[in-house]
Amino acid sequence: MIKTIAAVGLPVDEVLEIRRNRILPEQPAENRKRISIVTGIHGDELEGQYVCFELQRRIEQGKECLAGIVDIYPAMNPLGIDSITRGIPAFDLDMNRMFPGDIDGSMIEYVVARIMEDVAGSDCVLDIHASNIYLTEIPQIRINELHQDTLVPMAEAANVDLIWVHGASTVLESTFAYSLNRIGTPVLVVEMGVGMRITRRYGDQLVDGIFHLMKKMGIWTGEVKPARKPVISRNPEDVCYLNAGMGGVFIPDVLHGAKLRKGEIIGRIVDPLCGKVLDEVRTPEDGMLFTIRDYPVVVEGSLMGRLLKKEVCGYE
Amino acid sequence: MNKRIIYELKGIYRDTFRVTGYEFGTGEKSVCIVGSSRGNEVQQIYCCSQLVKKMKQLEEEGRITQGHKILVIPSINPYSMNIQKRFWSTDNTDINRMFPGYNLGETTQRIADGVFREISEYRFGIQFTSFYMPGDFVPHVRLMDEGFSDPETARQFGLPYVIIRRVRPYDTTTLNYNWQVWDTQAFSLYTSTTSRLDRTSAGQAVLAVMNFLSGQGMLKYSIPDGLHSRIVHDEDMVMIKTAKSGIFEPMVKAGEEVRAGQPLANILDPYEGDILETLYAPFGMVVFFVHNEPLTYANTAVVKLIEKY
Repeated sequence: MIKTIAAVGLPVDEVLEIRRNRILPEQPAENRKRISIVTGIHGDELEGQYVCFELQRRIEQGKECLAGIVDIYPAMNPLGIDSITRGIPAFDLDMNRMFPGDIDGSMIEYVVARIMEDVAGSDCVLDIHASNIYLTEIPQIRINELHQDTLVPMAEAANVDLIWVHGASTVLESTFAYSLNRIGTPVLVVEMGVGMRITRRYGDQLVDGIFHLMKKMGIWTGEVKPARKPVISRNPEDVCYLNAGMGGVFIPDVLHGAKLRKGEIIGRIVDPLCGKVLDEVRTPEDGMLFTIRDYPVVVEGSLMGRLLKKEVCGYE
Repeated sequence: MNKRIIYELKGIYRDTFRVTGYEFGTGEKSVCIVGSSRGNEVQQIYCCSQLVKKMKQLEEEGRITQGHKILVIPSINPYSMNIQKRFWSTDNTDINRMFPGYNLGETTQRIADGVFREISEYRFGIQFTSFYMPGDFVPHVRLMDEGFSDPETARQFGLPYVIIRRVRPYDTTTLNYNWQVWDTQAFSLYTSTTSRLDRTSAGQAVLAVMNFLSGQGMLKYSIPDGLHSRIVHDEDMVMIKTAKSGIFEPMVKAGEEVRAGQPLANILDPYEGDILETLYAPFGMVVFFVHNEPLTYANTAVVKLIEKY
């Protein structure tokens, strides 16, 4: 059942619409649990598109097992998705810094407020992101430490590889996830893959996780695959950041997700003009490379990867 | 005058990214003035260039009071200005959302850190900045309501209005906010425009800084008597919002006094030219802000009215 949850006329012969597809069980009943799958707040992050499709395809195959409500919001920022733009085109604003919006505010504030109204009250929300166009991430859920007691148990059921509990920050108070978590609607922020692409393997992994979570919530009664046990990181010291010491072109030497020893070469920053290696990027500790740079050009400070320390990952 | 590099970063195929500062006078770090932080803030760099010219003259004439150092940084983002892009050239991040910065972080965090280390110990900070919505303003000085900055001090700029705005979560990473965290009284100076030059309001901005420096006893400069800014909270302004999207046809200019019932703008059908909506002034006030793009969206505050000065 497709419904337009927000509509605003644009200047020239077009209406901006935010749409939701609600999938209901065959047998109606009161007080059904509700899960919401939200994606496309950043218009250049497309990993969630596959998840929305695949989730519905599998539900359709076993519709009799659906015992709750599944709401799919595939495009929170349709103008951004259409124009390969992270923020909101024409305004150059990050939609994920506009929440909770204002029903009497500007066009974008109004749209954001309508989204809040519609999603609020869900028993669980997954807000699916895809890092950005520069970095590839393993499937992970990021949780603000303020909400970890509620969210970590849910995230553990979602079949991701990592749960990253991060510190509270005032600037994050204008995100979709924070705004809903603050009013008691639990939101899990998923980061996986890379911007502008679909990594089908990760999408399938997350869809397995959503079914597992739905089963746990009583929304799905069919068979589900067991969820993998995620690494949980709560300490900022668990993660090493690998930032470029200089500008150049980054050529990786290891694969994403590699388990590395201290001092191993992750990649090189090279100068194509002179044909020289400017820097060898080495691991500062033993650990797993859970983020790797996808876009080759770097300037000083560009993030090339993140390493989760071995003692946190727990591998041999 | 001492011209020096505040911060630099080597590019791979571009010239080195340089943030250049101009120091006038010697002594305590008294005032730091920052111009454009975004690539389209041409009016803001222009204001600083005019300020540098004026300060050079005043220094040569010995009119900077002993014991005060004044630093002017016309742009902290020349890379984006040169490619006419508002935000950072590679990753589209906003340097003015990266303060206080982080020296081991990503590129714009490092730039913010490098700049902030140089400018965080000044008594006063003045930033020429721009609004995220396209429009023309009445020149004014703006400060945050929870900060270290004082509205009475802001009156020394001698501009018609001092606007006090409520702090929002996304403000906490701006230069203005972080200056105040480090005990600098910070003021944002808005002139009329952003991406095109307005010589008159740039002149007003230079004069406003002269007034301020003179009021603080840092400069020997004759200022007119009777400057008395009106202090207004931003929520006290009257927002005139569109109900329709379409072509925006303004009928007033920023700074103009309007009567109750006066038409302010029309919204036109972009195909047939019919008037979809006329916006009227609900009260006799002054036009503080006018949208300046030819198209507008619905629910947009295209005109803001303020109490008469």
